[in-house]
Amino acid sequence: MESAGIATVVIGSALDILLQAGTPRIVFNDLPLGNPVGKPFDRIMQHRSISAALDILYSADAPGTLVQMPHRWADDSDWQENFMAVREEDKALLTQLGIENREARRQNKAKGLFRP
Amino acid sequence: MTIDYISRTKAYYRALGFERDYTWANNTETPLSQPRVTLKNATVTLITTAVVEPSIPKPVRTAASYAFSEVPEHFDTSELAWDKVTTHTRDRESYFPITELKARSARGEFKALSQHFHFVPTEYSQRHTLEVDAPLILQQSLKDNVDLAILIPL
Repeated sequence: MESAGIATVVIGSALDILLQAGTPRIVFNDLPLGNPVGKPFDRIMQHRSISAALDILYSADAPGTLVQMPHRWADDSDWQENFMAVREEDKALLTQLGIENREARRQNKAKGLFRP
Repeated sequence: MTIDYISRTKAYYRALGFERDYTWANNTETPLSQPRVTLKNATVTLITTAVVEPSIPKPVRTAASYAFSEVPEHFDTSELAWDKVTTHTRDRESYFPITELKARSARGEFKALSQHFHFVPTEYSQRHTLEVDAPLILQQSLKDNVDLAILIPL
């Protein structure tokens, strides 16, 4: 899009992935994945994120420009343990989920459910 | 400390028994173009990974464009990888801020929302993203005379 003259900005929470992908402009909210614009029903936080996105579209003068929002999910960072956690007590369950996941993929392929 | 999602995801899929790690996009060159018009004169689009048509099976979903006049009350986010332990997606504005953008457009902050918004599937295949999905969205955006695109992946 950038090469075609459309200026872009990503509002996101997985910063390492965005940086590695070479994102032109990033508004980063260090929040749990699922609510990149701001906490659910927190209209002020969401408003600020959109303001930052519109600002950076015009202020960025180099690719990879990053604005880190000051927003926090909670006073502590306990939530950061939750996403895709691999806990000792869940290992058997995860192994089973993996088996089911691969079986579902096989079945989808057999049914022609895949993109060429 | 921010979460290292790449390491976290690799460890998770290893625990699921997958032997090969996913390879995330790794671009060394990043294009950047300055907006062609002032914000007041800009047409804005929104690109989301939230699913509009869950009836289409995930393995065959492609990028699609939908009229802004037909934004669903709730998108389907059940098949996306977000932190379902910590949070929820019951507030559409937290990932698809349509009310906020409409209000800004009504105030004249920018000219208008484009005719369409866009869905892009979270694809395992970078080839599908680069060669099929991205061009579909670009094509529609050019038809819609889009100046600015806000991408909001869940």
